[in-house]
Amino acid sequence: MFLQQLVTGVSVGGIYALLATGYSLIYSLLDFSNWAHGEVAMIGAYTALVVSSTLGLPFFLAVVVGIAGAALFSYLNERVAYRRIRHNNSPNMFLMIAAMGLSTVYQQAANLIFTGKYQMYDFRLPVSTIQIGNTYLGILDMVSLVITAVILIGLIYLINKTQFGLNVRAIASNSYAARVLGVQVDKSIASVFLLAGGLAGVAGVLYGMKYNVFPTMGNVGLKAFIASVIGGLGSVPGAIVGAVLLGIIETLCTAYINSSLRDFFSFALLIVLLLVKPSGLFGVDVQDKA
Amino acid sequence: MLQLIQSLNSAVCGFLHINSYLQGIVILICINVIAVLGMSVLTGFTRLFSFGNAGFMSIGAYTAAILTVQFHVNFLIAIVCGAAFSGFIAFLLGSVTLRLKGDYFLITCLGFGECVRVLFNYTKDLTGGSAGYSGIPNYSPMLFVLACACLAFFLAWRFIHSKYGRNLTSIRENEVAAEAVGVNVFRSKRMSFVFSAIYAGWAGALYGGYLMYIVPVSFNLTKSCELITTTVIGGLGSLTGSVLGALVVTVLPEVFRSMERYRMLLYGVAVVLVIMLKPSGIYGYKEFSLKGTIRWFRDGRYRNLFKSRRQAQAKEQDTAGKGGN
Amino acid sequence: MAVVLEMKNVEKHFGGVRAIDDFSVTLDQGKIHGLIGPNGAGKTTIFNNITGIYAPNAGKIIFNGQDITGTPPHRVAQLGIGRTFQNIRLFSNLPVLDNVIIASNLDATYNLPQAFFKTAKYREREKYVREKAMNLLEVVGLSDRAGELANSLPYGHQRKLEIARAMALDPKLLLLDEPAAGMNADESAELVSFVQELRERFAITILMIEHHMDVVTNLCDHVTVLNFGKTIATGTPAEVKSNPEVIKAYLGGAD
Repeated sequence: MFLQQLVTGVSVGGIYALLATGYSLIYSLLDFSNWAHGEVAMIGAYTALVVSSTLGLPFFLAVVVGIAGAALFSYLNERVAYRRIRHNNSPNMFLMIAAMGLSTVYQQAANLIFTGKYQMYDFRLPVSTIQIGNTYLGILDMVSLVITAVILIGLIYLINKTQFGLNVRAIASNSYAARVLGVQVDKSIASVFLLAGGLAGVAGVLYGMKYNVFPTMGNVGLKAFIASVIGGLGSVPGAIVGAVLLGIIETLCTAYINSSLRDFFSFALLIVLLLVKPSGLFGVDVQDKA
Repeated sequence: MLQLIQSLNSAVCGFLHINSYLQGIVILICINVIAVLGMSVLTGFTRLFSFGNAGFMSIGAYTAAILTVQFHVNFLIAIVCGAAFSGFIAFLLGSVTLRLKGDYFLITCLGFGECVRVLFNYTKDLTGGSAGYSGIPNYSPMLFVLACACLAFFLAWRFIHSKYGRNLTSIRENEVAAEAVGVNVFRSKRMSFVFSAIYAGWAGALYGGYLMYIVPVSFNLTKSCELITTTVIGGLGSLTGSVLGALVVTVLPEVFRSMERYRMLLYGVAVVLVIMLKPSGIYGYKEFSLKGTIRWFRDGRYRNLFKSRRQAQAKEQDTAGKGGN
Repeated sequence: MAVVLEMKNVEKHFGGVRAIDDFSVTLDQGKIHGLIGPNGAGKTTIFNNITGIYAPNAGKIIFNGQDITGTPPHRVAQLGIGRTFQNIRLFSNLPVLDNVIIASNLDATYNLPQAFFKTAKYREREKYVREKAMNLLEVVGLSDRAGELANSLPYGHQRKLEIARAMALDPKLLLLDEPAAGMNADESAELVSFVQELRERFAITILMIEHHMDVVTNLCDHVTVLNFGKTIATGTPAEVKSNPEVIKAYLGGAD
């Protein structure tokens, strides 16, 4: 029973992690929390849904289109809105307000186009659980866990071992110096939005398979945001750890304490954590000092 | 006392032919004005962000409602208690969370708002849980709420134009410099936070008295976002702008009833456009004055609305270039 | 002669780096003291230790006979230490006059209810604060631009506004962080006479970080030279200039 909960928790955490790493990447570059990120996942989920149900594409192809759709919208957010705001020399808070506005726009638009109803993918995994010893593990949970793990390992490799990753880390540590040294800052930022959008698309589809597709599903972005704060804003490994922790806490809380108090406990824990560690688990304390 | 205000209200409304539908709109505008003024002080003048102000509204609403219904407290005292209790909670919360930086502070506010909502849902014996709390006496007649909004504006205006307001603005402009000229940044931030929570609680208490029924779900994250949206549209750093913003955001959907479905969509678009094109909002850093508006049109300065950003930017880069070393 | 500020064996490390190492200095009333050294020598870190932005790892800072080691920045300012910043930090979107008024918290002694009701005391204090700020703007020659936004001022005026703002604290000690940075010879010369005027008019003690040697030579009574957090020489500007170690570290260096 406990093991089962743990696996569910880790797999939910994995979905959070796919989104939370996006929050972290974008935060590390631009110092703001991209509130529209959860909605990007929602867009990915709906794109896959529409493509598979109306065009009749095979599910896996539809998922690829969904991921591309999410990446595209993520990129557009940056290209149309955030870049202009950055170039206006506006304070970072304005980026976040814009992101909040975009998130409202997408959520409302989805509500108008698709109505508020919960929709399912045609695709079904054959068996719902497998038995190992006397614990039952959800197939979906396991599949989701494996996919997430592979992607996240790939992401960490990308950031730590490639030229692209080096550019991103350079901008994160000092965007001015990176620009002087020939890094194409705006281009790299746009690529990060594409990448984060793609990850969000995967998260959206996985989440949709588990909990159905609906306009307010983007609120899962809030969970991912919490996860990235727990891990420390701007830290990708931190976001993954934070996400898995949050997934486990939520699942255990639902199973053993009280499902209606689940969010209360996650938030209370978050606040307590921040009081002890003001920059999260892995965050760097950046101070604006003379 | 309440009867006196109510009969005065119906006499005035009868005399001016204001029907109950119009009264309702005026009441909602005024309640929004109060909540948005609190938000404006916090976000527009201090550049602190709170996704928890709906939570403070609910604290005010439930406190006032429970006091009047269960303890038969006079409604005025109940409203004051609701606002004060909300401010007290903000004082406690702010004392521990305002030392956190930027988004870390923001998430604690958001978390607080959600926690409050979950708690009101959970404590069924006291609050009626998700079914809501009903039987609240109608202690928000139009005239009274209107008077409240005027008082709220008056107090906010005096607050912002005193040394307290100046300290907040200095934090918005440059926190390190503010400290260096003797502004106690932490205490000022906390004051701003408490101020906005008191206003939120005040608005919440009036809201309960108007609807005579409250549910936790009306004080969710969406409500907090709506408050922020209104503040941004009205203009960060302008009290008159906030009033105007609250007015526009409440009246427009009533005028265009057929557009109701698109209401939040349009607000979202408006926020993004305002932030992209004219981040200081409708008035931004300036307060409304009749003279100023006439001059603005006479000098044709409205033509600069979109041009000015680029010029300002060029100027800024110019000085920054000289300042670099 | 009265001692205004005394720093005794102050140390500050960041991680393994000793930003300042065993730093001591005594500032006498009414004198101008220079702090020079190559970039990264720890000069601004000393300012940040005095003003409470950092708490030193060791040592003591005594201001007017009072131990202010580790006192938070706003308290240090209220006690009478004003400062300017290397990268100008004004309240950019506020009018010039308001920039100075904000520094008058100690003079604005009214409370919240008095502000709500605009009592006689509120009016009297606000009037005083406003007049004082106008006077300071006159001193720095900005009174005719009081209503303009701070970020619309040219660079040199922004520096002066920052000084006027610091002076509104009625400081006994003024810390100037590279006041002549980015100025040409004429502007530097004007700055020298301006700072001398400040000292005479307000009987103030000044500690300044400066790279322009002509400014240092013309203004400072005493100079401390830093390199990699260590004090390598002290004395009058003339003495320091002829010190071989200083020439090696600083004057003969890349700067």
